[in-house]
Amino acid sequence: MKKYYQPEIETMPREQIRKLQNERLLKQVRHAWDDVPYYRRKMQEKGLTPDDIKSMDDLHKLPFLTKADLREAYPYGLMGKPLKDCVRIQSTSGTTGQRVVAFYTQHDIHLWETMCARAIVAAGGSNESVVQVSYGYGLFTGGPGLNGGSHLVGSLTIPTSSGNTDRQIMFIKDLSATILCCTPSYAAFIGERMKEMGMSPDDIPLKAGIFGAEAWSESMRRDIEATMGIKAYDIYGLTELCGPGVSFECEDQHGMHINEDYFIPEIIDPETGEVLPEGSTGELVFTTLEKEAFPLIRYRTRDITSLSYEPCPCGRTHVRMSRLKGRTDDMLIIRGVNVFPSQIETVLINQGYPANYQILVDRVNNTDTLDVHVEMTPEMFTDNLGVINQRQAKLVEGLRSMLGLTAKVTLVAPKSITRSEGKAVRVIDNRKI
Amino acid sequence: MSVKQISVFLENRPGCLHEMTKALAEANIDLRGLSLAETSDFGIVRLIVDDVTGTASTLREAGFVASMTDVLAVEVPNVPGGLNRVLEVLNAAGVNVEYMYAILGNKKSDTAYMIFRVNDNAKASGALKVAGVKIMEPEELSAL
Repeated sequence: MKKYYQPEIETMPREQIRKLQNERLLKQVRHAWDDVPYYRRKMQEKGLTPDDIKSMDDLHKLPFLTKADLREAYPYGLMGKPLKDCVRIQSTSGTTGQRVVAFYTQHDIHLWETMCARAIVAAGGSNESVVQVSYGYGLFTGGPGLNGGSHLVGSLTIPTSSGNTDRQIMFIKDLSATILCCTPSYAAFIGERMKEMGMSPDDIPLKAGIFGAEAWSESMRRDIEATMGIKAYDIYGLTELCGPGVSFECEDQHGMHINEDYFIPEIIDPETGEVLPEGSTGELVFTTLEKEAFPLIRYRTRDITSLSYEPCPCGRTHVRMSRLKGRTDDMLIIRGVNVFPSQIETVLINQGYPANYQILVDRVNNTDTLDVHVEMTPEMFTDNLGVINQRQAKLVEGLRSMLGLTAKVTLVAPKSITRSEGKAVRVIDNRKI
Repeated sequence: MSVKQISVFLENRPGCLHEMTKALAEANIDLRGLSLAETSDFGIVRLIVDDVTGTASTLREAGFVASMTDVLAVEVPNVPGGLNRVLEVLNAAGVNVEYMYAILGNKKSDTAYMIFRVNDNAKASGALKVAGVKIMEPEELSAL
C-alpha cells in the first residue's frame, strides 16, 4: 500500500519547499497584480509593486484580504481569469450572512482534487479502498472535493451525499465501504444509528473516516473511533481556497499537514495583524501559490490555530497546523469570555454525555445567559433525582472550570435535538444586540 | 421479595406526561401506582405496572429513557400510626428511605399499600419480616 500519494512532494526537504514557495509566490503576486485590479489597487494603496516582493521574507509587506473584501468584490471582482477559462463555481451556505462564491479553472480543480487524494492516501486509502462520500454534493465543497480525490486515488467511490442515514449504513455494509467522508457531527449520528441497529464495531467494515468542515474535539474523535471501530482523520479547508484538503491529518493524528506546494500559511495577531513567531497561537492566514481563477494573497481565515515545523513521524515534511480551536465566526463572547462550542463538547463527552447538544445564548436584564441543552441517555438515567442533580452539578462545575463562567445545564429528552446531516447547528444565539 | 418499578425521564413541559400515558394506554398497560418527582426542567415518573417488560419496551419504542429499579411493596395497616410503625422498623434497622409513595389497592380497606425505595432492600425486608410487616410479591401486587 502506498504511504504517500506524491512522495516526492509530500516528503520534499524543507529548503526545497521554501525554494518552490519563493518561486511560486513571485508568480502568484505578479498574476494578482496583472489580472486582479481589486488587489492591484490594494497594493498600490500601500505603495507596492510586484518588484518589491523578492521572496517570502517580503510577504508581510503585502496587504491582507478579508471576508469583507470578498463581499465587496462579489461576485467577479477577485477573479484572475476570464469566465471563459473557468469551469466551476462552489459556494458556502451563507448561513453567517457572508456567502462566498469561488471560481475554478480546470487546473484549479485538479490541484484541489490532488490535495484530497493526498488526504485519502494519508488515511490509508488506495485503489483497493471503497470510499463513501457522505458530504453534501452541490455548491458545498465537501462532496465534490473528496469525490474527485477518491477518483484520482483510484478508489471505488460511493457518492451517497448526505442524508438518508439508513441508506448510508446499508451502503457501508453491503458494499463494504472502508473509508467514510463526512462532517464529524454526521459521523457521530451515523454511529449512533448503527448502535441502535445493534451493530458493533466488528460488524462495520469501515477502517477510516475523513471528517471535516466543522470544528470538533479530540474527545468526539475518540468517541466516533470507538463506536465505529475506525481511525478518524481530521481534514481542513475553506471554499475561498478551494475546499477540503488544504490540510489533512496523517496516521500520527497530531496536526494537519498543510499542502505547502500550494499555500503559504502565516499566523498573525488578529488584533494588530503582526506576524507571530513560530509556535504561537493566532489567526491563520493563507497565500495561494498556484491558483488561476481565484488567487488570494494573505487571506485571513478567522481560524485560530498554531503551526509546527517539527519533523513528523509520518515522513511528511509539510508544516502541521494544530486542531482548530474554532473559527472566530463560531466563537461566542459571553459576559466578555470567549467560548468555543468545541470546549463545551469536550466537557460533555468526558463526563459520559452524548455529543448531541445545543448551546442557547440569550441576554436577560443586560446579562448574557448560557444554557447548554444535553440529551438524557439510558446510561446516565437513574430513578434517583438526587443522583441526576449531582451529575448535573458536576457538569456545571466542569463547564465552569473549562470556560471560566457559569452555564445552566438543561437535560432534555433523547432525540429531541435535531440531528444534522451536514454541519451541525450547535449554537442558537437569541441575543438582540 | 421486591417488585420492579419503572422510572421514566420526562422534560418539564406541557404534553410530555400525556405523551407517555398515551403510549402506555395504547399498549393496554394497567398502572398500579405512580409518583412524580420534578425539578424546574425535568421530572422522573415512577411507575408500578402489571406488565413490566411490556412497559419497558413500549416506552423504549416511543423514544423515552426509562430504567428499572427493585423496590419494596409493603402492606401498611390503614390505621393512625400505621406508617409510623413501618418507618420505626426501618429506622431501627438503619435503613435509609430514599423515597416512598402510596399505590392503589381495592381489596381490603383496612390495608394501605406503599412503595419504598430504600438504600438496602435485603436489610429492610429482613427487618420488616421480623416485625411482622408484610412485603408483597410481584404476583400479589398484580392480584390487587
